[in-house]
Amino acid sequence: MFPNLNNPVFTNIDDLNEIARQIRRDIMNMLLISKSGHSGGPLGMADVFTALYFNKLNIRPEEPYKKDRDFVFLSIGHIAPVWYATLARRGYIPLDELKTLRKVNGRLQGHPAPLKTHGVPGVEIASGALGQGLSIAVGTALGLRLDKKPNHVYCICGDGELNEGQLWEAMMTAGHHKTDNLTVIVDRNYCQIDNRTDKVMELEPLADKWRAFNFEVLEVDGHDMQAVLNCIDEAKAVKGKPSVILAYTKMGRGVSFMEDNYKWHGVPPNDEQGKIALAELKPTKYGDFVDYYAGK
Amino acid sequence: MFLKNFDITKPELKASRLGFAEALVDLGKTNPDVVVLGGDVTGSVKTDLFRDAYPDRFFSVGVAEQDMMGTAAGLALAGKIPFASTYGEFATGRPFDQIRQSIAYSEMNVKICASHCGLTVGPDGATHQSLEDVAIMRVLPHMNVITPCDANQTYKVILKCVEVNAPFYIRFYRDNSPNFTAPDAPFEFGKADTLIDGNDCTIMASGLLVWESILAVEDLYKEGINARLVNMHTIKPIDKETIINCAKETGCIVTAEDHQKHSGLGGAVAEVLAQHYPAPVEFVAVNDTFGESGTGKELMDKYGISCKYIVEAVKRAIKRK
Ligand SMILES: Cc1ncc(C[n+]2csc(CCOP(=O)(O)OP(=O)(O)O)c2C)c(N)n1
Repeated sequence: MFPNLNNPVFTNIDDLNEIARQIRRDIMNMLLISKSGHSGGPLGMADVFTALYFNKLNIRPEEPYKKDRDFVFLSIGHIAPVWYATLARRGYIPLDELKTLRKVNGRLQGHPAPLKTHGVPGVEIASGALGQGLSIAVGTALGLRLDKKPNHVYCICGDGELNEGQLWEAMMTAGHHKTDNLTVIVDRNYCQIDNRTDKVMELEPLADKWRAFNFEVLEVDGHDMQAVLNCIDEAKAVKGKPSVILAYTKMGRGVSFMEDNYKWHGVPPNDEQGKIALAELKPTKYGDFVDYYAGK
Repeated sequence: MFLKNFDITKPELKASRLGFAEALVDLGKTNPDVVVLGGDVTGSVKTDLFRDAYPDRFFSVGVAEQDMMGTAAGLALAGKIPFASTYGEFATGRPFDQIRQSIAYSEMNVKICASHCGLTVGPDGATHQSLEDVAIMRVLPHMNVITPCDANQTYKVILKCVEVNAPFYIRFYRDNSPNFTAPDAPFEFGKADTLIDGNDCTIMASGLLVWESILAVEDLYKEGINARLVNMHTIKPIDKETIINCAKETGCIVTAEDHQKHSGLGGAVAEVLAQHYPAPVEFVAVNDTFGESGTGKELMDKYGISCKYIVEAVKRAIKRK
């Protein structure tokens, strides 16, 4: 694991980028073992997860539900592999457990399960059926504000997911109640299952839509670590209204044949593809949790 | 159990949604964690009483039931005890997936309070007559389902449900109906109330049909039949013990509810009997059909869930013993 887990706020951009690369390697290894699951979304969001969990969030893995923690809701439950890998690298769950993704009797359910059922520490609530996360995040933000609590609430949504009507209901609610302790991060990768987002359901002008719902809109290259860190700070500083970060990412980022290709939304690499992927995602100083190809 | 000086021909009338709303206001006084969500039917479900008393603990989400359930789950995560209230159909049918994932599966301490249930919303017609809600809430793991029989009992159910950290579905009504249980009669969660004793047959009723059953017991008595009446206010977890004992002691059961015949109270009782003590059961319920516009009284007659149908069902059940 990481050498200085007791002080895991990483400020060095090179370190953060290396962690993100390790998380991408972890995702590939998890999917090679499970032979089922989503490659594209998780690879695309590794930088944002790294920025949050290794620098920005007020959290303590030893005490995942500490009272003043920042809340993270993953409305797009299908990108769970990036969350699990991040949580493991951050010390919430054993690294070795990453081998159990989608396996029977395990905690790493295909989509995040609630703690009381099969859940993983750090996960607040189930997700998987799209469209529900923002309502929950708004509710939590309202409750925290009522108690004058300092916690910040983050909700990670997909762009395809924005087709769901409930999200627009929740956007209205957030705007109406001016929940400035809430930041939405949209994984704007222009990909969903059937096709590119503009083919399935045009979302543009997306920034204007959020603005029209009374959000402060920030836009960032979701793979520029320094920019992502700055953007999260800016979002948190917004007062009097909720904020949304449109994080422009590439589905499958880091693996050339997956990049920006919606066909990689929901499939794992086969052994041959995995080998190429792991070669492209160069090994890091942190080391893999498994040597998948040993003895193969 | 009954109000003092109880006159079966002239019961006090009160809408059970008022019992709900008054309980919320009283709860709000003592429990600062109680919060209420409004879905643009605040005046109808009477949560305006709570809103006006505690404006900072009332959250309007607009006409958006799916969002309402998610927001409620989030409030529960923040340590609140959210009451999400709208009409029965929109509290269950529209946001079923949200309830399933974010509330039941996730075991959130959310109280879903459904007003305007059953056939008696009358003129609004079938779109607004929730006759499937008990079935689809009962089938959800972790969900508790309660169908109080009058305003007084609804009041007690609301006070009680906050003592249990779990999701609840509580079902009540818009219209005035007999308010016949005594304010000081105990409400025990999960324990059916035997209201009238008898040995020839047991009527197990829920919600509005408890009153119809009281009338039916009276009519049956005149014909020399002693029916027992049990108020099955808690449909989940179902009171197995009482069901089995009633079957043993009276030999047959009639269930009565203003809900579809399938998968509601009747289904719950039949499941217990089939497994533990097979006995003849007759179902008084809406027979696998949607409702229509009309007055509540007309519809209860037309769709076979008023007093006379209970009387007939008891006679059929006894014949099958
Ligand atoms: C309510 C619901 N409908 C459909 C699905 C199936 N589904 C899972 S992911 C997905 C596409 C989501 O697209 P996006 O949010 O852009 O995620 P990405 O493809 O970028 O990972 C769909 C339709 C679902 N999980 N939930």
